[in-house]
Amino acid sequence: MKTVSIEPNFKSWREMSRLLLGDMVEPANVIWRVGQLYPEESGFDDEMFFEFGKQGEEENAKGYQRTSQLPRVPKHFMSLAETLSSHRSGKQWAMLYEILWIITYGNNKAILYHHTHPTIRKVENMRKQIGRDIHKMRAFVRFRKVSAPDDDNSGREHFVSWFEPDHLIVRLNANFYRKRFAGMNFSILTPDECMHWDGNQLSFTEGVAKTHAPEGDELETLWKSYYRSIFNPARVKIKMMQTEMPKKYWKNLPEADIIEELIRDSSDRISDMMEETNRELKPRPKNAYLDYLDELNQGE
Amino acid sequence: MFLGTYNAIMNTIEKLEILADAAKYDASCASSGGARKDSSKGKGVGSTGGAGICHSYAPDGRCISLLKVLLTNVCLYDCHYCINRRSSNVRRALFTPEEVVELTLSFYKRNYIEGLFLSSGIVRSADYTMEMVIRVARLLREEHDFRGYIHLKTIPEASPELISEAGKYADRLSINVELPLQKNLKVLAPEKNVTRTREAMQTINSRITETLVTRKEMRRSKSRAKKPTFATGQSTQMIVGADGSHDSDFLKRSEDLYGNFNLRRVYYSAFSPIPEPSVLLPLKSPPLVREHRLYQADWLLRFYDFQVDELTTSEEPDLDLDIDPKLSWALRNRHVFPFDVNSAPLEMLYRIPGLGVRNAQRIVRLRMYHKVGLEDLIKLRVNLKKTMPFMICSDHHPAKLEFSNEDIRLRFSPPPKQMELDFSAPVIGDKVIIENAETVTKLTMEAGKEAMHGEF
Repeated sequence: MKTVSIEPNFKSWREMSRLLLGDMVEPANVIWRVGQLYPEESGFDDEMFFEFGKQGEEENAKGYQRTSQLPRVPKHFMSLAETLSSHRSGKQWAMLYEILWIITYGNNKAILYHHTHPTIRKVENMRKQIGRDIHKMRAFVRFRKVSAPDDDNSGREHFVSWFEPDHLIVRLNANFYRKRFAGMNFSILTPDECMHWDGNQLSFTEGVAKTHAPEGDELETLWKSYYRSIFNPARVKIKMMQTEMPKKYWKNLPEADIIEELIRDSSDRISDMMEETNRELKPRPKNAYLDYLDELNQGE
Repeated sequence: MFLGTYNAIMNTIEKLEILADAAKYDASCASSGGARKDSSKGKGVGSTGGAGICHSYAPDGRCISLLKVLLTNVCLYDCHYCINRRSSNVRRALFTPEEVVELTLSFYKRNYIEGLFLSSGIVRSADYTMEMVIRVARLLREEHDFRGYIHLKTIPEASPELISEAGKYADRLSINVELPLQKNLKVLAPEKNVTRTREAMQTINSRITETLVTRKEMRRSKSRAKKPTFATGQSTQMIVGADGSHDSDFLKRSEDLYGNFNLRRVYYSAFSPIPEPSVLLPLKSPPLVREHRLYQADWLLRFYDFQVDELTTSEEPDLDLDIDPKLSWALRNRHVFPFDVNSAPLEMLYRIPGLGVRNAQRIVRLRMYHKVGLEDLIKLRVNLKKTMPFMICSDHHPAKLEFSNEDIRLRFSPPPKQMELDFSAPVIGDKVIIENAETVTKLTMEAGKEAMHGEF
């Protein structure tokens, strides 16, 4: 049994996996640890620790030569592994190595499309969770304006947002945000990592606490009145709303403040509507354009 | 109409309240399918071309993706299902184009929306109104270099030149048919006309195609000239339950529009009570589940290769409200089943109740490696209960279990309601007043329980 320790990123996992493949270490014999490099913390006696890159080089590979004969894997697997790297659970590394093993030593590339295989199901599921998280971050980030163009010398507006992603996806969304909001400066603050755009360059800084984010924006009143007005009280479907916009996001959405009120008042609004008497028909007013339409209609 | 007086005393919030309220009966909110563009080399903000993004959800379960407003709710037309018709006493308001531009940009920069969906009541004439709508889109695109999503409502009576200009700035154009049959439009929306609507849709469709062809040729010849832009799709909406039209009428109209004008989407919107009701309207709104069944049938037409006359018949022109249209079709056609999932072609798998496009495709892939059995189907999360009477797999044959049509129908129908003492809300005229939020919520949630994602 080997316990290996990697940094929680794709590169680190790949280096380690190359070493393990080279030594023909079966997936069942590896325990993957994330971010802890000290042997004394592990509970196994017969463990061997790889520090990526170094120790492995000294050993002679019995399987794949790690420099000249790197294993070939389908592109699909690479993108799967890269995406999965951002899963917060840390459980993906062992599964990815297992799949890698099946592709290489098992000579079975088709495993990736074996949707009923237990490990494939698990990683596909993880990928779905990450995809969803990426999508929700694109949807639910709310910017607040911190400076107008003439506040500093930049001549640009600056917006800041606070978001709490489920997974480590800030960088996966970096290009999306840069391309979408190229014309303004923005920062997206999260507990994991923050992203900043100044019109020329994207940069990343360490995660921060929510207290660093600005509170409120003058536009939020307008946004809430829009939210209130676009809601149709005649068809309340709370469950549907919550499936798509789970409660955990509400605390960072300004419009969520008025959800309860809208639901509470909806029945009164409907009964008021029901009680209204029907408006009588009115004759067509004298109007040149209406006459023209009438002529068109008669002609058909 | 003295617009000046209204505007003088109204601020943006008040206008927004009136003009968003007036726009909410349009179900369309799609923000997907625009041509790929972004703000990287521009001076503004905005990007389109990926999947649509729903930035919020209202408690009615509908997504909020675009700033959906009318430019004005002043209207010459007298469409009885519409709150903004000229005979209604609703408060009127008018945005200036600049106000809409400012709102759109401010909302967009805060990531509240994907873009703008602009519609308008008809003022003065179709052309006059169309020009105002176009002005907003032109300001956004040309003055502010806005590259987000723009959906413009088009007026069929507007000149083809104006419709073409609108398309230059928009990602999507739409004209609402509202009712499937001309004879009912004549009564409920005397100014509207199916023939003219179809002609305008034809105009839009040819512009879309022409633009695609030109762009392709320019790409091929590596031309450096600026490529023409035009909306990439058009859609429409019909109101369900406002007139006596059958589901078959709706579906035939949809088939017509999808087939002839290549529409991206037809939206179905269950008529819901509006303030200022017209005497010509039905007193009750239709069950929301009817809208849902129409969406399901629409899906079957577009992705499952079904024909309208398979889903509805002259004896049964309306879809079954209790069970979904695919199951309903399968029960009428028991003789063609069961299909063997290990050998039937993909198109036949699509016809098995409870089996979706995605899982059908996965099964076809899976069966290249091994015989597909119940365990596989469970792992794929196939709705076995629904599927089993209609399919054979390696360890299942429905003949052994003898499913009768009645059994299946019962199993998937909503449970029968127990007769109770009448504690229901008081009835005034024919209108039922629903007393509390729980009832409304319960009723509507039951109806929309299986509502498909992307329906709105």
